Amino acid sequence: MNKFTNLIIRDIRLAVRQGSAFTMTLSFFVVAVTLYPLGVGPELNILARIGPGVLWVGALLSCLLTLDRIFQADFEDGSLDQLMLGSLPIELMTLAKIIAHWLTSVVPLILITPILAVSLNMPADGIWVMMLALLVGSPVLSLIGAVGAGLTVGMRRGGVLLSLLVLPLYIPVLIFGVAAVEAAIAVLPMGPHILLLAGLSLGALVICPIAAAAALRLAVE
Amino acid sequence: MAVDLHKFANPARFLRITSAIFPWAAIVTVLLLAVGLYLALFASPEDYQQGATVRIMFVHVPAAWMAMSIYVMMAISSATGLIWKHPVADLSAKAAAPIGACFTFLALVTGSLWGQPMWGTFWVWDARLTSMLILFFLYLGYMAIWGSFDDQSKAGKAAAILVLIGAINVPIIKFSVDWWNTLHQPASVATMDGPKIHSSILTPLLVMGLAYTSLFLTIFIIRVKAEILGRRLRILRLAHVED
Amino acid sequence: MSTLNEFLNMGGYGAFVWPSYGVSALILICLIVLSIRHLRKIERELKPLETDRKSRRRRKVPTGDTVQ
Repeated sequence: MNKFTNLIIRDIRLAVRQGSAFTMTLSFFVVAVTLYPLGVGPELNILARIGPGVLWVGALLSCLLTLDRIFQADFEDGSLDQLMLGSLPIELMTLAKIIAHWLTSVVPLILITPILAVSLNMPADGIWVMMLALLVGSPVLSLIGAVGAGLTVGMRRGGVLLSLLVLPLYIPVLIFGVAAVEAAIAVLPMGPHILLLAGLSLGALVICPIAAAAALRLAVE
Repeated sequence: MAVDLHKFANPARFLRITSAIFPWAAIVTVLLLAVGLYLALFASPEDYQQGATVRIMFVHVPAAWMAMSIYVMMAISSATGLIWKHPVADLSAKAAAPIGACFTFLALVTGSLWGQPMWGTFWVWDARLTSMLILFFLYLGYMAIWGSFDDQSKAGKAAAILVLIGAINVPIIKFSVDWWNTLHQPASVATMDGPKIHSSILTPLLVMGLAYTSLFLTIFIIRVKAEILGRRLRILRLAHVED
Repeated sequence: MSTLNEFLNMGGYGAFVWPSYGVSALILICLIVLSIRHLRKIERELKPLETDRKSRRRRKVPTGDTVQ
């Protein structure tokens, strides 16, 4: 367990020292969301109508941009081989890296969401549920993303392939996530949506580390 | 079970068996297509509500059936490849993928051609059409990953991992899209369930379904043979260089 | 002639029925043709290598078949 937490701390430390990646993802998220009012027009009721979807799609795309960070750097400098030879089972090693990715790349997106939500004229109830839905649903993004990142690690043009592989699998999270926020805005019960998101997260938590580990074995062997 | 699998695991024997099936599959396909097309275009009555557009169903629905069952077949085949290291399994999934993608594409095109007279627009975000579109993306991803590896055995394993994750996801996607569709149901949209299934429609539909299945089998045999011989070609070339 | 026209007209929906059958036929026929051509190409390339290998086998003592 100690090794597991150490690996998470190591990855977080690496990400923090390399701060530029942090701020770039956040800036991308903000810029991408800003494009919508410019493209659709500034009417407040239209923005309020599309707000939840825009924020979720923005979060999905921002997360997609960071996925190659999970394994790529470690693969290039050889520390991935070291980690895979270590005593920590590869599945747990993958899980640790996924958790670190979620903490460093996805949680900042969740934290900045309220500001963007206000700019999209989302009511206060919706903002809290938006954050809750992101918090419960976004682990799926890191988990499924890790499988795609593992499959494309070491490829020259992995980025485009990665998005083709991963985005269709993100659709259920997107649908339930947006539905939760819309339900909250319409003052309907949003419990079922949050529970469905949690179910997706737990299911992905079981399956994805195993699949990602299998993909890494392929890449390194 | 293990014994049976090993019988088919030998690629040479696999090729012999499929070559023996091939002419029969081709003949059955031609016969079924002829009967199916006759029933679909001449014998079946026009629907009182949808008129002759109901005839699009006879090419749309079987294509959608094939699109889904080929993905399931690829998932089963890939699982066999990962678990029993069956040498033909990955290749058969690879051979099936383009056929599945073609059927998915056909289901989309005929669906939107059906949609125009029914809904007044070529594309409606109907639950079935949307899930078909996502399935099409999954097929594209699967074929793309085969093309991205130089080492074919690695590509096979990577594609197998992907198709298994996809197969777990397909029911979830289907459920979420259906559910999304009920949330956003526009007021006056007819569903694609079509009319109540009457035997005069069901018979041509089933015949066309069988025809598509045997057409799949025919094309699949050609493609899987090409894949097996292609692997042999690579091995021989490698041996040639090493000499 | 009028029955043929009627048939082609498909109760006014001919513009949708025939393209859907046409597209299906076109794509499936293309798929078949491309698959067969791919197979023929591989068979053509495989032939010289196979005969080469057989003739060499006859000359040499067969030392462990590494292929397949």
